[in-house]
Formats: sequence, C-alpha cells, structure tokens
Amino acid sequence: MPNDYLLSLPILAAAGWSVLLIILEAMLSRAALTRVFAMLGFALVGGLSVIGFPLQGLAFSEMLRIGGFQHFANIIFCLSGLLVVALSEKYLDDENVHYGEYYIVAFISVVGMMLLAAAANMAILFIGLEMMSIALYVLAGLMRRDVRSNEAAMKYFLLGAFASGLLLYGISLIYGATGELALHKIAIAIQTGSASMLFWIGFGLLITGFLFKISAVPFHQWTPDVYDGSPTPAAAFMSTGAKAAAFSALIVVVTNFSTLLQNSPTWSLVISSIALATMVVGNIAALAQENLKRMLAYSSVAHAGYMLVGIAAATPDGYSGIMFYTLVYTLMNIGAFGVVALLESKENLLLASDYAGLFKHRPMLAGAMAVFMLSLAGVPPLGGFIGKYKVFAAAVDAKLTWLALAGVLASAVSAYYYLRVVYFMFMRDPVGEAISAPATSSLAFALIAVAVVLLGVFPTEILRITDAALKFAQLPTQTGF
Amino acid sequence: MIYINGLNIETKTTSRMDAQLTEFGKVFLFLLVGVVFVAAGFITSSLIRPHRPYDEKLSTYECGEEPKGTAWVQFNIRFYVIALIFIIFDVELLFLFPWATVFKKIGPVALIEAVVFISILAIGLAYAWAKGDLNWVVPQPNRPKLPEKKFDKPAKKKVAEPAEPAPTA
Amino acid sequence: MDVSGILFVFLGAQIIVATVGTVWSRNPVTSALFLVLNFFALGGLYLLLEAQFIAVVQVIVYAGAIMVLFLFTIMLLNLDNERALAEKFDLRKGFAVLLGGVLLVELLYIIGLKTPIPIKQTALTTVQLGEAKYIGRELLTNFLFPFEIVSILLLLAVVGAIVLAKKNFTTSPKS
Repeated sequence: MPNDYLLSLPILAAAGWSVLLIILEAMLSRAALTRVFAMLGFALVGGLSVIGFPLQGLAFSEMLRIGGFQHFANIIFCLSGLLVVALSEKYLDDENVHYGEYYIVAFISVVGMMLLAAAANMAILFIGLEMMSIALYVLAGLMRRDVRSNEAAMKYFLLGAFASGLLLYGISLIYGATGELALHKIAIAIQTGSASMLFWIGFGLLITGFLFKISAVPFHQWTPDVYDGSPTPAAAFMSTGAKAAAFSALIVVVTNFSTLLQNSPTWSLVISSIALATMVVGNIAALAQENLKRMLAYSSVAHAGYMLVGIAAATPDGYSGIMFYTLVYTLMNIGAFGVVALLESKENLLLASDYAGLFKHRPMLAGAMAVFMLSLAGVPPLGGFIGKYKVFAAAVDAKLTWLALAGVLASAVSAYYYLRVVYFMFMRDPVGEAISAPATSSLAFALIAVAVVLLGVFPTEILRITDAALKFAQLPTQTGF
Repeated sequence: MIYINGLNIETKTTSRMDAQLTEFGKVFLFLLVGVVFVAAGFITSSLIRPHRPYDEKLSTYECGEEPKGTAWVQFNIRFYVIALIFIIFDVELLFLFPWATVFKKIGPVALIEAVVFISILAIGLAYAWAKGDLNWVVPQPNRPKLPEKKFDKPAKKKVAEPAEPAPTA
Repeated sequence: MDVSGILFVFLGAQIIVATVGTVWSRNPVTSALFLVLNFFALGGLYLLLEAQFIAVVQVIVYAGAIMVLFLFTIMLLNLDNERALAEKFDLRKGFAVLLGGVLLVELLYIIGLKTPIPIKQTALTTVQLGEAKYIGRELLTNFLFPFEIVSILLLLAVVGAIVLAKKNFTTSPKS
C-alpha cells in the first residue's frame, strides 16, 4: 500500500497543496501571498516529479498509471502553471481582478491535468477532465464586469459541457461493450473478443471529447472567442497546459489500444484528415487576424493540428515528438501571450501594427517576442522547429508522407503572420510614444526565450527522456506490479 | 433482465427474464397508481363540476387585496450563492449515503476515508464562511447626507479623496 | 408486452412530452417545471433498470436541488418579457433540425437492425449492482481514489461558484 502513495506522490502533493492554498486564502485573504504559495506548490510538485521520474507502476487498485510519461507531463503542467502565475499578477492588477482565488483555481486545474495524464481508468479520466475544465471556465469568466469575459466563460462552459457529455456517453458505451472501466482491461477484452460496433461508437465519442479540448477542427469554433475574452494569462494557460493535458490523455488512451488502432485504416484516415483540416483551417484563419490574441488563438488551433500529426502516425516516435512539442509550445506560447498581456494591460495594444518600433524602445522584450514568433513559425535553430521535425518525421516513417508535406506547407503559410509581427517590431518606426514595461518582466521573457533557443540547439537530452518516458506507456498489458 | 419490447438491444447471457418486478418495482408501481388516482380524481371532477366563471371569481384573491403588477419579482443574488453552496453539499451527502451502509463492514479504514472526504469539504465551507459568503447581505440604502446645521451649505467633496467602497466585513 | 415494457413505454412517452414541453413553452418557469417532470421520469427509468440508488440520487439532486437553482436563476434574471425570448427560425436552426433528423435516422437504423448489439453483462446481477451497499463497498475499496479526489473537485466548485457569483467581491489589498 505505501507503494501507492509513493508512486502518486506528485498528485497527492498537488491535491494537498490546493487545500492548503484555500486555507491560506480563507485565513489571510492576501492574493500576493497565495500567488507565492501557488508558485512554490508548482515548483514542489514539479520537483517531486523530477525526483520520482524512474518510479512506475499502477496505483490505487489500478486507478492511476504512473510512469516516466506521466512525470514528464506533470513537469510540463507545472511549468505552464508556474509561468502563467508568474506572468499574470500585473495583468490582473491592471484589470482590477487580482483575486487570490485565481491562483487556487489555476492550481486545482493543474491537479486535474495531472489526473488526466495519469488516468488508467475512465472514471479518473472523466474526473480529471472535469476538474481541469471547470477551473478553466472560472478563469475565463474572471473579469466579471467585462461583457466579453462573461461571453467567453459562457461559450466555453456550454460547449465544454457538451463535449464532456459526449465523452461521458462514449465512456458508458465502451463500458457497455466491454464491461470494464480500466483502460488496460478494456484493451485485453478487445483483444480476446473483437471490437464491436458499440465499442467503436463509444471510442469515437471519447476521442471527440478530447478533440474539443485541444480545439481540433471541426471542434475549434470556441477557441478565438474564448481566448479573446478571457484574461490573457488564462488564455495562455488554456492554450498550453490544458492542451498538453488533453494530448497526454489522448496518448494514454491511444497507446492502450495501440494494437487495435494500428490495424485500423479508418482510424488512421480519420485522424489524418482531422489533423490536415486543423492545420489548414487554423493557419488560413490566422492569416486574416489583426488582433494578436485572436491570431494566437488560431495559431493554437494550427499547432494542435501539427501535434495531431503525431497521433496520426501512431508510433512511439510520434508520441515522443508530441511530448517534446508540448514542452516547447508551452514555453514559446506562454512567452508570446505574456508579451501580449504585458502590452495589453498597460496601453491596450492588441494589433500587430501597435508593435511598430518596439525594438527601439525595448530591445530585450522585442528580441524575446521575435524568438517566440520565429519558434512558433518553426524556423530551424529554435525549439519549435525540432518539435515539428520530430512529429513530421514520425509521420513520414508511418507512410503518411502526404500529411507531413501538408504540415510543412501549412507552417510555411504560418510564417507570414508570425513574421509580420517581427517585421512591425524591427522594421517599422515607432508610432506615438514609447511603450513602457518593467525591466524585470523583460528579463523573464528573455529567460523563456533562451530556454526556447536551448531546446532547439540541444534537443537530444530531452528527446532521450521523452523516448524513455514512453516505454512504460507503450506496454499497456504488462501488469506485473 | 434489460429487455425492451420493440428494441433489439438484448443481453447476451441472460435472455428474457419473466416479468416479475423487484421490490423497488412495486414501490414504483405504487407511485404510479397514486399519480393515476389523483389525476383521475381531478379529471372526473372537472368533467362533473359546474363551470360558471365571473370576474370576481377568477381574481387571484377572491376576497382580499387586489394584486398589482406581475408575480415576477427579481430575486436577490444572495439566495443564489447559498443555493450553490447547498447543492455542493447535497452532492457530498450522496457520497456519504453509500458509505453509511457499509461503514460497519469495512471498519475503521472507512471512518478515516470519510473523515478525509468530509474535512476537505468542510474546508470549502470554512472558506465560504471566512470570505463572508454566508453573511446575509443587508441592503444599504443610499441616503443623501443632509447638512448638519440649518443654514450651512453642504460640504464640498475633497478632490483627492478616492471613492473606494468600504471593505465588507 | 410485460409490465416493465408497459412502464418503459409510459416513462419514455413522459420524457418525450416533458422534453418537448421544456423546449416549446414560452414561459421559462413552465419550461423548468417540465424539466422537473423529465427528471422524475428519468428517475423512474433508472428504477426500471434496477439502479435504485441512482434513481434516488436523480430525484434528490436533479429534480430537487438543481431545479431549485434553475428556478432561482430564472427569477434572478427577471425574464418578464417573454416575447423577447422567442427566436426566429433561421438557417442555423434549420441546420440543427437537419442534424437531428440524421440522428433520428441513425437511431431507427440501429433499432431496425436484425442482429442485436451485444452488451457485456457483468458477473453480478443488476439488482446487486444498483444497491447503495454495493456502491458503498466499491466506493471505499476499488474506487477509493476517485472518491477522495472528487472532494477536491467539489472544493473547486465551491471556490469557483463564489468567485463568479458573489456580488461584492473585493480584491485583496495590493502588495
């Protein structure tokens, strides 16, 4: 029994810490203090995941599956949470919504993400998804006096609840078809018998629920409105942490049924076409956006498409590529959203043309933003390139060359709207007065940018970790624990 | 046992069982008969009774105040927060009910498990309490300040004073 | 047709009528009351499937607590003007009707299938599965972790509801 607790220590610690945060907020009611403790909590949980990296096994009567994959995912979630919390104080202060609850809700959302990645049972899958999503609905509607924030929360909630309903229906159909809730037992039941029609319908609904969360086409329509209306740091959180969590859950589910899915041409075709549609629609819609927040929202749709290419490849290489991609994406996208938040809260600058001449006034900030934009576009020496390369290479290995080719073309198109921002920052003369920003935040963005560059120049270590991390997730039926 | 006429959804192992109802089915049948009985009473009385309405009879209170306006009244939001918190604890109760039925069999471990569950939720209640959400917000009417002396002009507001609302208790 | 078949048809018809009534009625309160009827009928269906505990939960939580909240919300919004709520039939609605029709055809197709869709039966009889005792035992042994973690979920609901719904939410003093 103690093994269970040791295995799932990061999750238990995160759950306990969220209770602690609530006690703290109830007793002292100081947002700044809650913020510091939330950051400490993220660091603690991330640290526990690093220490416990080699541990693996099933915990709590096969409810949780813990392994390198889960630890790696936990680190991504904690990183996302830490960065978002670190960057959001100024924005919230300026919008006059600096509540301590913001940090509590974000923290509990991360607990939900960790559950999603660690789910070995569909009950946990659902609880994790709900925990993450409910927290995100609250974050989206945090600016209660702002009509657009209300609209964002309402849209996200209604569509999200619908997606959760689909997912739950899928779970119940799968249970009806196999009589099991544990994912690995379902896989065994499918292998011994055969996948019935009922199972496939349920599986489709389950996957649809996740596709909604990662905003894949045709379930992406909520994305621009929600990201636009939410507090910008919360949008950064949704586009990185939540997306990484939904992808981890998708990988967990898909690896459990890998033998079944690898022999199914329909599955490959469906996921490939969704990936293709997501890349095309996301990039083309992003081209037309003037508002940077909406542009980043559509770009997040496009990036979900690139990551889906890895799922379509259905090989360990593809999944490992997705893990690396989510890590890089977390860094660069939080960086980009963070810069937008910084300039938005100060002077309400949201258009690409507002960034004209940023380099003259704030070279460090402009440089960091340029790194984020180039990395999002997938320019070679940066982290975003390696992520795309890994995913597309996996697709080529899986004989999906056309999909990889489409991905490359789509990222070529995406270069236009990313480079446009860079062009405005560096090539245009400033209009109006200088944009001011505190030097400390510029330094923080510079650090994130350095991390993105380092991930691009020295990716091998991380890639070795992601490859190793997947080994356990790959073998679902080996339950000798 | 799950067998529905007309639908081909049928279980593999157990074919159609006989139509015997369980104990709960009897309760349900009882409920149904109750509903039918009441409905039948209403319907027959509406068929038999004389029907001669006039204005006075149709008014909301036949002998009393004349109602004005509609019955739509905007509720205060304070009910809402209380109702929200109530629902959350209602759900908690549902988890505790099955616990109570097996509590004796499983023993002290069950007690610890339930205590953990309840105490986590109790923290939620404490949070709501500490944040003042259980306080009954009394509406504070915005009365204009009258000058204290009869012939004084009302005091001019200082410009620098920020108009911040007083922190709630 | 046996007794449970008759009951199923009765409850199913009640659910359909109540659902149509919920969508159709102009007055939001009438809508909400139709929904209560719907929840009750659903509870009856659960009983028919011998999920007694779930049936009771359905009535207590949905027909009881959640509908109270629904009515609160309706009264809170002061939806006096019913005409303003009425929507016109536009292209989007037409599309919705089309999709609903497709779903109906699919359902009819499944109902009309010659070979029934197999549903896996668990070792226990359904009567045992539906008992609160069985649920409690599972909850405290196999499903202990979800049981405990749900408390965090409920805690999140408390915090989230308060953040979004409280009228005078003061920011804490700036650092």
